[in-house]
Amino acid sequence: MTAATDAATPRRRRSFKQDRDVEEWHGAYHPYDLIKEGIIAFVVVSLLVVGLAVIFSSPDDTPVTVKSWSTANPVDFATTAITELDGTSGTATYGPPYNSTTGASQSIGPISPESWFGVHHPIDTATDYVLAPLQTLPNTPEVQAAVSEYKSASPTQQAAWTKAYEDAVTKASFDNGKLTVPAGDYGPVATIIAGLTSMARSGALDGALLSTRQFYGADYTKPLLFLADGTYLADLGAAQHLSGDQWGMMNETGNYPGQAWLWLYTMWYQVPPFKTSANADFQVWGLMLVLTVLLALVPFIPGLRSIPRWTRIYRLIWRRHYKDLAAAAPGGTSP
Amino acid sequence: MTMDTETPVNAAAGLPEDAHQLTAKLRGAAIEALPPDKLMPDRQPAYVASWIYVFGILTISALAVVILTGLVLSIFGPDWWHLSTVGLFVNSLHLWSVEVFFFCMVIHLWGKFFMAAWRGRRRATWVTGLVTFVVSVAAAFTGYLSQQNFDSQWISTQAKDGINSIGAGAIFNVTNFGQMLMWHIVLLPIAVGILVGGHVLLVRLRGVVPPFAPPDRPTGGAAQPAPAVSEVQP
Repeated sequence: MTAATDAATPRRRRSFKQDRDVEEWHGAYHPYDLIKEGIIAFVVVSLLVVGLAVIFSSPDDTPVTVKSWSTANPVDFATTAITELDGTSGTATYGPPYNSTTGASQSIGPISPESWFGVHHPIDTATDYVLAPLQTLPNTPEVQAAVSEYKSASPTQQAAWTKAYEDAVTKASFDNGKLTVPAGDYGPVATIIAGLTSMARSGALDGALLSTRQFYGADYTKPLLFLADGTYLADLGAAQHLSGDQWGMMNETGNYPGQAWLWLYTMWYQVPPFKTSANADFQVWGLMLVLTVLLALVPFIPGLRSIPRWTRIYRLIWRRHYKDLAAAAPGGTSP
Repeated sequence: MTMDTETPVNAAAGLPEDAHQLTAKLRGAAIEALPPDKLMPDRQPAYVASWIYVFGILTISALAVVILTGLVLSIFGPDWWHLSTVGLFVNSLHLWSVEVFFFCMVIHLWGKFFMAAWRGRRRATWVTGLVTFVVSVAAAFTGYLSQQNFDSQWISTQAKDGINSIGAGAIFNVTNFGQMLMWHIVLLPIAVGILVGGHVLLVRLRGVVPPFAPPDRPTGGAAQPAPAVSEVQP
């Protein structure tokens, strides 16, 4: 604000506050070549980036497919598939935005945006992950009959079959390309899960899960949530130090720095009460929102905006200025 | 635009008869606020004498490398770098320029914090810088989601819980590759570009914040003649 401007628009002066106001500089100026500095900075950064890229490259671990999952660990796949069929999987019980499971939304008191926005990406795990894909299989009369029998049974009967199978599948084995579970009254469920496992191992389920209403598709929500319901993906993540309790949100595969700038966000998940809270995601997001807003508004908040002056780190930054000032002062007083 | 050199002309407002034009008014206001010697200065105050000042231009330089390498990746499409050695190298350049970008930006941010660089009507400069950091985090995050590899799978399936918990998952679906790619290469880069541009203009407009006054001269600091508070309120 120049004096001329002040005179043209009379305003009430307010008291000088060190953490809000400054005196305009009337001291010495030094030559400064903005363009030269920019060119040098660009060259330095470019060389640094090229060096880092040559030495360290970048990670590109092959993605997991339903085929690779069911081939590497068919029992885990079958164990997950039965929870999709009986509606007890993580996705089936997730709540919004995938389904309307009561009480599944995170909240702080009465505040629950997850519930407010509702279901936007509907997933019926039994239909989308198990029954509908199986119905696309050609030349499988036994599987089709099992699907028809299951769909026409009462919910009580379906629950009895899936409960029995879910208990038994923990003792399942996979030998010679065949899923084997202890004998029991599973109705058509054993045929359904065995058929789905075979379909997954052939690679056909990957395609079926991606099928969309049009030819092209870029939405991987269904297969990704299916993969995340199993333990196979979680085990691979843990082996790569990517789990939540391993500060995984800021890591990436291999020994790469990842998203180190998320350290504070990740840290909250390592400490109580967030570490064990059922609403940890919402609480941590809320906390980070508050902290971010506070940091953005530091210039407006008395006390917070004084921290730089109190810490006196600025004396390191402007040490030459204060040295010159002290030397120029009568008696050479130190700042 | 040609001008009659014999007619007195206000360079900011253009020809007198054009003074009512919105174009002329905008140009006049822009030149008045940011005359060329202020927009592209060749002098800096003597107190600008620390390595910390370099990190602003280093951040912008890293952003330039991020954009350039991102443009090359865009030319060949999202599959290219998985299948080509050259593509992998360009992806590596993109990744490491992002890492350098954030490294420099964080140092710049905390440097400005400890200088209390919001002083003297520079609060908007601080706020735009902070918002740029937050939007850049989102831009980088969607980049990780757009990689089409194990990292993308893992990060999307883990991050969905946080995004969903605040209700944003209804419209911002981190497991939708197509949507995340569009955010990463269109929406968020535009936002970062606008914010950085605005931030730099504000820096040029307000200049580099002067040092704190010495403790024994709390309102009459840096070798100044007379205290002249730079901030007034209506």
